[in-house]
Amino acid sequence: MPLIKNGAFVDDRFVFIPDGQAFPDEGGVMVTLSRFQSERDSIIAHHRPVCVRLAANENPDVLKDDLPNIDAIALEFPIFRDGRAFSWARMLRERFAYQGEIRAVGHFLYDQLAFLMRVGFDAFEVRQDFRIAEFSRAMAEMTYVYQPSVDRRKTVMQIRRGE
Amino acid sequence: MYRYDEFDAKMVRERAQQFRYQVERRIKGELTEDEFKPLRLKNGLYLQLHSYMLRVAVPYGTLSARQMRQLARIARDYSRGYGHFTTRTNMQYHWPKLSEVPDILELLADVEMHCIQTSGNCVRNVTADHFAGAVAGELEDPRPICEIIRQWSSFHPEFNYLPRKFKIAVSATKEDRAAVKYHDIGMEVIRNEAGETGYRVFVGGGMGRTPYVALEIGKFVGKEDILAYLEAILRVYNEYGRRDNIHKARVKILAHQLGADEFRRQVEVEFAEIKRHGTLHLPPEELKRIEAYFAPPAFEDLPETAPEFEAAVKADAGFAAWTKSNLTPHKAKGYAIATISLKTIGQTPGDASAEQMDGLAQIMEDFGFAEIRVSHEQNLVFPHVRKKDLPAVYARLQALDLGAANAGLITDIICCPGLDYCDLANARSIPVAMKLQERFADLERQHELGEIKIKMSGCINACGHHHAGHIGILGVDKKGVEFYQIQLGGSGAEDASVGEIMGPGFGKDEIVDAVERVVETYVSLRAPGERLLETYRRVGMTPFKNAAYQEQMYAAY
Repeated sequence: MPLIKNGAFVDDRFVFIPDGQAFPDEGGVMVTLSRFQSERDSIIAHHRPVCVRLAANENPDVLKDDLPNIDAIALEFPIFRDGRAFSWARMLRERFAYQGEIRAVGHFLYDQLAFLMRVGFDAFEVRQDFRIAEFSRAMAEMTYVYQPSVDRRKTVMQIRRGE
Repeated sequence: MYRYDEFDAKMVRERAQQFRYQVERRIKGELTEDEFKPLRLKNGLYLQLHSYMLRVAVPYGTLSARQMRQLARIARDYSRGYGHFTTRTNMQYHWPKLSEVPDILELLADVEMHCIQTSGNCVRNVTADHFAGAVAGELEDPRPICEIIRQWSSFHPEFNYLPRKFKIAVSATKEDRAAVKYHDIGMEVIRNEAGETGYRVFVGGGMGRTPYVALEIGKFVGKEDILAYLEAILRVYNEYGRRDNIHKARVKILAHQLGADEFRRQVEVEFAEIKRHGTLHLPPEELKRIEAYFAPPAFEDLPETAPEFEAAVKADAGFAAWTKSNLTPHKAKGYAIATISLKTIGQTPGDASAEQMDGLAQIMEDFGFAEIRVSHEQNLVFPHVRKKDLPAVYARLQALDLGAANAGLITDIICCPGLDYCDLANARSIPVAMKLQERFADLERQHELGEIKIKMSGCINACGHHHAGHIGILGVDKKGVEFYQIQLGGSGAEDASVGEIMGPGFGKDEIVDAVERVVETYVSLRAPGERLLETYRRVGMTPFKNAAYQEQMYAAY
C-alpha cells in the first residue's frame, strides 16, 4: 500500500509478516503484538527495523518498556468509526514520549487525516488511488485549533493571549 | 452574550467549506453513504422518513434577535416555514435539500451559528440552565464555562470518534433545571469550604433503553482544572466504552459497570497525566475574559412591582393566569423571567413558525432584550423583563399565538417528533400530545392541578425524556399497532429519578382516558400543597395503576 510520511509518498521500510510465517533474512518487519511479545528477544537481537502492529483494542501501554527497541507502531482502524487509536497515539507521544513512527493502517478517511496528524500519527497507509494533493488539502481545511494536542499547534486561546 | 472573534468566525466559515466538499464528494459518489453518514451527522444532518433534517446548535440555549431572524429566514427559504426547538435546546429543520445545506451553514456563519457536532458520536451541544444569569440563588452564570467547553470540544481531534454520542450540561443553582444527572457529564457549580467555586462532576446519566441517574465522580474540581478533568473522563470512555453493541456504548454503561469508585480511579490516573503536561490548564484571566461577554444588562433600580403590572393582573384574567404559570422571580427588583410556551393547544410542541420567530425578534428589539433562551422543556424564555413591560409583552405574545399560560402545567408536554417524522420511532407522539392538551385545555383546571410534567417519546431512545416525566409516556409498536406505556414518578430536576413503568401499554384511543384517571387519582389522594410527583412518591404505584386500568385490563397486551 502507498505510504505517506511528511506529506509525501515514501518507500515502506517494513514488510508485514503474518503470525507463523518466517522472517526474511534482512529488512524491516511489521509484526503483530502477540508475535512481538512471544519472540521479543530474538526480534530485538536481530537489529533490524521493527514495527509492531496493534489492533484497535490493544492498549500500547503494554509496550512501554520496549519502546526504545521499536522503530514504528502501526495502529489499526478496523473501521473508520472506531476512534480508540486517536487516544493510543496521543498516549504514546505524550505519556511515553515515543519518538518513532506512528502509522495509521486500515480503514480511515480523508476527513480524518487532520485529526490523526494532530494526535501524533506521522505515517499513513492510503488507498492506491489516493492523490498527494488531497493530503495537503486535508491539512489546510481548518486554519485554527481550539485544543492543545501532540502537534503543539498554538491554540486559539494561546493566540488570543499573545502567547 | 458571547460574540465570535476572528478565530471563531473563521472556524465556522471553514467548517461550511469543509462540509461543502463532503457533500460534493457524496454527490459524485466518491464517498459511500456508510462513509458519509457519520460525517454528515457531525454536522447535524439526518436522513429521516421523508427528507433530510438539519439540527442547528443553539449553544447553552442563548440566541440574539439577529440570530432569531436568521433562523426564521432559513425556515422560510429552506424548510416549510417553521422550525422545531428540541429538548437539547437546538433548532431542527425538516425538508432541507442536501445540495443546499452548505448554503444554510453559510447563513448560520453570518450570525455566528453552526451545526458542528449536533449529532454523531462526539461531544454535542453543551446545555445550561435556561434561567442562567437571571434567577436568584445562582452561584454564578454557568454559560461562560459552557462556551469554554464548546470551544474545547469543537473539532477535538481525539474525541470525534467516540463509542457513542456525549452530552454535557451545567447548572449553578440548587434547583436543577438543566437535568444534569441525566447527562453523560453533568456539572454543578458549587462552592467549597475555602469559598472557591468549582464543579461537582457527575458521569453516566442517561435515558434511552437503560435509564440511569449519573454517578458523582468529581466531588470538587477547581475551575482551572476543569478542562483537564473533562478530557480525562473522555479518554477513559474513548478507550474502554463498548463498541461491540450500540445499545451498550454510552458512558452510562461503562460508568455503572465499573462503579463510581473504579471509574473515578481511572479518571484520576488520566487527570494526573494531563495535569502533568499542563497544556489544558484554564487560566483565570481567560475565564474572566469569556465571563465579560455574559455580563448581565445594567438593571434599572426599580420598585418591586409596577402599577401597570398590578392593574393588568386585575383587569385581565388571561394575563393573571399567565403571570402565575409563566413568570419566575428575577434576581433584580422590578424584573421577571418570562417563559414563552411553545405548547399552545393545537400546536406541535416545540414548533415555531417563521412569523413567530420574526415576531419574537421584533419584541426583543422593541423592548431592548439582548437575548432569548431556549429551554430543554421546549419553551422559550425572555430572561430579563421589566415588570411594567409585562402586559405589553404579553399582548404581543398573544398576537403571535404564543401566550399560552401553561408553563410547567399538564399541557406543557415535552414530546419528540415521533413516527410523523422520525424513522427510529415506533409510534406517533405528536397527535397523542395534542389530544392530551385538548383534554386538559381548561385553564382553571390546569392551574388547579399544579405542576405536572408529562414527557412523551415515540420510541425507547427517549428523545422526549419520558423516564424523567412525572407522567412519562412511551410509544411502542406491537404487531403494527401503536400502544402507549405509562411511567410515573420520574424527575429530571434536583430530585432526579427514573420513572417506574406502570404496566402494559394503552391503545391510542385509551391513553388519554388513562392519563386522566391517573390525574384524578392524584387529586383525590393529594395532601395540601403536594404535587403529583410527591403524592406518587408517598403512596406508590398501586392506586394509580388500579385507576388507570380499571376498564381496560383486558384490552392491554
